[in-house]
Amino acid sequence: MGEQENPITLVEAVTQALAFELNNNSEVVVFGQDIGANGGVFRATEGLQERFGAARVLDTPLAETMIAGIAVGMATQGLRPVAEFQFMGFIYPGLDHILSHAARMRNRTRGRLSCPIVYRAPYGGGIHAPEHHSESTEAIFAHIPGLRVVVPSSPARAYGLLLAAIRDPDPVLFLEPKRIYRAAKQPVPDDGAALPLDRAFVLREGSDLTLVAWGASIKETLAAAEQLSADGIEAEVIDPATLKPLDIHTIIDSLEKTRRCVVVHEAARFAGLGAEIATQIQEYAFDLLDAPVQRVTGYDTVMPYYQLEAAYMPGVARILAGARAALSYSRSPPRPTNSANVVRNGEAQP
Amino acid sequence: MHKPRLQLQASFDIAYLQYLDKQGRETQPLPEFATPDWLTLCHRQMQLARQVDDRAVKLQRTGRLGTYPSTLGQEAIGIATGNALAADDVYCPYYRETGALLERGVTIEEILAIWGGDERGQNFQHAPNDLPICIPIATQMLHAVGVAFALKQRHKQEGAPLQAAVASSGEGATSKGDFYEAMNLAGVWKLPVVFVVNNNQWAISVPRHGQTATQTIAQKAVAAGIPALQVDGNDVVAVAWAVQDALQRARNGEGPALIEAISYRLCDHTTADDASRYRSAEALEQAWQWEPIKRLDHYLREQGLWSDAKQQDLDRELAATMEAALGNWQARTPEPVTAMFDHLYAQLPEGLYEQYDQLRDEQQQGAGA
Ligand SMILES: Cc1ncc(C[n+]2csc(CCOP(=O)(O)OP(=O)(O)O)c2C)c(N)n1
Ligand SMILES: [Mg+2]
Repeated sequence: MGEQENPITLVEAVTQALAFELNNNSEVVVFGQDIGANGGVFRATEGLQERFGAARVLDTPLAETMIAGIAVGMATQGLRPVAEFQFMGFIYPGLDHILSHAARMRNRTRGRLSCPIVYRAPYGGGIHAPEHHSESTEAIFAHIPGLRVVVPSSPARAYGLLLAAIRDPDPVLFLEPKRIYRAAKQPVPDDGAALPLDRAFVLREGSDLTLVAWGASIKETLAAAEQLSADGIEAEVIDPATLKPLDIHTIIDSLEKTRRCVVVHEAARFAGLGAEIATQIQEYAFDLLDAPVQRVTGYDTVMPYYQLEAAYMPGVARILAGARAALSYSRSPPRPTNSANVVRNGEAQP
Repeated sequence: MHKPRLQLQASFDIAYLQYLDKQGRETQPLPEFATPDWLTLCHRQMQLARQVDDRAVKLQRTGRLGTYPSTLGQEAIGIATGNALAADDVYCPYYRETGALLERGVTIEEILAIWGGDERGQNFQHAPNDLPICIPIATQMLHAVGVAFALKQRHKQEGAPLQAAVASSGEGATSKGDFYEAMNLAGVWKLPVVFVVNNNQWAISVPRHGQTATQTIAQKAVAAGIPALQVDGNDVVAVAWAVQDALQRARNGEGPALIEAISYRLCDHTTADDASRYRSAEALEQAWQWEPIKRLDHYLREQGLWSDAKQQDLDRELAATMEAALGNWQARTPEPVTAMFDHLYAQLPEGLYEQYDQLRDEQQQGAGA
């Protein structure tokens, strides 16, 4: 294919990876709603039907249960289905097949059959979209045993990780942060080189604080790291990229230096991946910590319509507040006991 | 000996209803309800819907509104359906429903609020029992079946007159399990629910023949054992007759029905779409000949019920209505950001107080982003 000279966007990198695999592996089939002539509502499949034909790049009728389910059947017979959900918010009808079949087929048949499927979906907020088009529910999927959840945060990682996901022998939910689909360009050689799954990427080195983030939030996290740097604080920024399973080692290695950690995600806070990461950190590196792990997240609200969207999203200011909380924390001295003020039996003693 | 073989020959008929052809000529005598007043009202309401759509698209183009799904060319379906519903019937609309919402008393301000990213728009002040517009495709059809069950229950337990539920959708939605599941149960339980499908030939870029190998959408009802009718969806009289008839059956306890209203999406799917990528200009031009307002206009003029002078008055009136609504919409005070917590539960659980305070403090410090 030769070197790609021109810088490309994240969404173009997705297209490039799909084209590379369609070209090099005849088992790959790509399907979803409006992905043919229309090239996908975000143009992630632009030109693919023209290039590879309507037998391998297919528009489906409008039904996500069907999209998720046929992928299972195809994969058991050796095809490599790459199925697109138009938005993350419309995966849920397909959840039955992802959870009850794709993620379990290998286990249920003790390895006789498997599901090397990639389910792709654009996800996340910040683009002023209508209702149900902005949520980040990666934690729901990360909870499913047998499934991988992968989120790229740059064109190069989108290309390399999508190739890896398609070649992986197990099902992958590949979530594309649509807010940064076209945010930045970088040259991405179309050399078919995959990036490793299950490995975190250190995007910025630093020894004072570890910031963990993924997807579109990387943008604000790196910006926050720059601001901290102006104050003489060097933050290390880690992008796990594969959210399930999690490369906790890279995070722990960083904590050896920094001893303080902030996890950033757009998704709601409760039982979000911040909780998993913080738990693993205290399980493996309790003694390393100089401060509790801070979570900087969306609120535990329904993702608001776009008028209130900015107030929901964890921006640079919220990340900096979390960073400051982690940096300024020191173990409080033992609590003073002033027996005169202790309330007993509902009455303050004189 | 003759062996039974697989066959694709089901015996059913799908009737097709039309009163006004594309030139606005009667193809059969109009039903009684189609009085001059009723017809001119529909004529007005369809034009109002077109105004709202037109302004909404312009507002989107100038960055003052979010993504908007126009009903251009499909006004007859919304207006006739909304008009056929009684106040205490319950409507379960999909997202492409400006006309029907207006008929239900949903205000232009509320419609603009919804697409302008303001949740208060779904708090319909004049349609208290209607469901909010629904974006996850076809899910509203199941809700409508549940609504119909509740209406039937109330009728049985409290002796209230039986009311009906109506769910609307596009033809693409009929590919989803929800649609079949809804019709199936509605048939089994004989529920007072009417499914109105706007077959506008496109589900974003996927043409109708890419959705189903059936000849009609209407025949999908046959397998559920419920009656169906195909109507000219650009003929407001035909749609109104069909929906009224189905509603009357439902209210008489005769059960559900499916109506396929054949139309054409003369607009892009939404303002985020560019239909020229997948649809020919000729097809679009052709479809314009069938649009619903022009044919009613022809008919009314032919009957001496409409004139240029009347149209000029109406244009002025609609423009004034639109301007007033725009003014009200723009004058709305923004919702406080803490509203995202205020309606999350009947009462905010204590466990969320801290987040609520954090959000409020963040806003006060101007630290949202
Ligand atoms: C479950 C689900 N999947 C996908 C979408 C994205 N989507 C929005 S509208 C649409 C096409 C709907 O077509 P149709 O049912 O014919 O209705 P129309 O928009 O043409 O009125 C799609 C795929 C969605 N909203 N919900
Ligand atoms: Mg349609």
